[in-house]
Amino acid sequence: MRGLVLGGVMAARGFAALLITLVGLLLVTFVVGRVMPIDPVVAAVGDKASAETYAKAREALGLDQPVWIQFGRYIGGVARGDLGQSSLSNRPVSEDIARVFPATVELSTLGILVGIILGVPLGVFAAHRRNRWPDQIIRSVSLLGYSTPVFWLGLIGLLIFYAQLGWSGGPGRIDTAYRYSVEEWSGLMLVDTLYSGDWDAFRSALSHIALPALLLGYFSLAYIARMTRGFMIEELSKEYVTTARLKGASEADVLWRHALPNVLVPVITVIALAYAQLLEGTVLTETVFAWPGLGLYITNSLFSADMPAVLGGTLVVGVCFVLLNKISEILYPILDPRTRSR
Amino acid sequence: MIVASSPSLPEPVGTRFEPSSRTQARLVQLARALHRAARNPSTLAGSLIVLALVFAAILAPLLATHDPMAQDLAARLTPPGAAHWLGTDQLGRDLYSRLLYGAQPTLMIVVLVVALSAPFGVAIGLLAGYFGGWVEAVLMRVTDIVMAFPRLILALALVAVLQPGLVNAVIAIAITAWPPYARLARAETLSLRHSEFVEAARGLGMPSGQIITGQILPLCLSSAAIRATLDMAGIILTAAGLGFLGLGAQPPMAEWGAMIAAGRDHIFDAWWVAAVPGLAIVLVSLGFNLLGDGLRDVLDPKHHD
Repeated sequence: MRGLVLGGVMAARGFAALLITLVGLLLVTFVVGRVMPIDPVVAAVGDKASAETYAKAREALGLDQPVWIQFGRYIGGVARGDLGQSSLSNRPVSEDIARVFPATVELSTLGILVGIILGVPLGVFAAHRRNRWPDQIIRSVSLLGYSTPVFWLGLIGLLIFYAQLGWSGGPGRIDTAYRYSVEEWSGLMLVDTLYSGDWDAFRSALSHIALPALLLGYFSLAYIARMTRGFMIEELSKEYVTTARLKGASEADVLWRHALPNVLVPVITVIALAYAQLLEGTVLTETVFAWPGLGLYITNSLFSADMPAVLGGTLVVGVCFVLLNKISEILYPILDPRTRSR
Repeated sequence: MIVASSPSLPEPVGTRFEPSSRTQARLVQLARALHRAARNPSTLAGSLIVLALVFAAILAPLLATHDPMAQDLAARLTPPGAAHWLGTDQLGRDLYSRLLYGAQPTLMIVVLVVALSAPFGVAIGLLAGYFGGWVEAVLMRVTDIVMAFPRLILALALVAVLQPGLVNAVIAIAITAWPPYARLARAETLSLRHSEFVEAARGLGMPSGQIITGQILPLCLSSAAIRATLDMAGIILTAAGLGFLGLGAQPPMAEWGAMIAAGRDHIFDAWWVAAVPGLAIVLVSLGFNLLGDGLRDVLDPKHHD
């Protein structure tokens, strides 16, 4: 009973912390939006409007109210899914984001899958072969990932695999020929082409997403492999590992069945962080690959001084960031009984 | 485990080495650290690369073969060769010279961002760790919020608001860069807050300010320095990203990120325009990463392996 109450209190505290962080995020975007040199009234009515129209628009936008009331309205608006009006597309920012977000989710999810599938085994293997040549190679590859600008590697990738070798489909999500033939169903191009049963379109979509996804995958691999290696090295130095070896467990068993499950919790946290970073990394990647997702939306809006769109996009990425971290925290006790509240 | 034992330098085992003064102890410590650093190949490689960056930035006017701004449309997009060692860009400017001059904004951004963010972050962490209670609660909550924000995107929004430019890029990156220092300094302070020497200082009536700056701060510095070095690679990448998007240094200034952006339009017919500055970025951030890893091995006894 007591455990249950304690658990409830902990959950409530965690939830309160999450709420405070989210309000903090909103405060940041609100403040950034307030100090912008672009007058939102002028953006709405144009600079040729009369003083009367200007004042009316100012009132309509609520800019004559005290700052804290404006902030309250802002929070209320966001809570209802109102991120303001994009001056570029003349549509609600939330609609725009809903339209472009699936492309980003598709790209970053594929990227993180590559990162997990390659990164975790590589990290385990590096720890196993610690300080010998496989470890040195894996460490170098990962260090290089830490040191390379993603947009530059994207350009070089396009140069080699698209222009020279012709293996990649190049910029965009799909060849122009299929762009309007694929029926939009989930917003995920790979899923939609499969769903419509158009194999050629699917192959085209795959050839377009492969390069940017592998690229993002490489960056998360660098992080995941490096961290997994560190956790595994620590775990492999523990006594139960020695015991297992003495009892004749095979090295594969020791690695994958004894040690790895015990480091899964920190590894999951790292994966959540890597996923959040991928969402951010897409801003530059999408620009290079003309990938019509949230990142490209933010940068395009930036250049047309469409601040509601920029701040809305920033907010969405920020919220994803916070939520992914939270999810990894929630997964802790589920995956590891040792961290359940005693 | 293996603290590199050298025959020439006394090791801190038992009572074998007794420094006769504070200065001597410090000098011996420094000598040991340098000795260990020199034996560590990654630290050595990292230091050399970083030194090369500093030299390139300072000596750019001497080493450059051309004026980095001088356009020569007749020689535009010349491949690397004898006349232009690394080729020319779309305006016929010499890439080798621009690369050297590009070291200046890179170095400036790194130094300024660290100089702005590290002291601020450390101060926040010290205050939070030392005073605890609501001070800690408030400061660390703010730290978490800033940390929760994706760095590049926040910097992007800030620069967009502040107007693109080198100084604003520095400000934006610095605003997003301080939280890790605060967390580090807080953790260190927490472990020191109730240590005997701090209690002793307090017992002797030393004011809090003095305890923090005189007793605790010096012990937080090495971890902050490691963090700063590792951070520099990230700062370079963020700055290059802002430059690539046209939000950093403005043309015609030679800045590596902006140079890649310029090369983007010619990537298929003149690959060197984008490839050269990109390689420079990779090399320099690799240098800072190697140096940071090495420093951690040298300065942080917990990480000797």
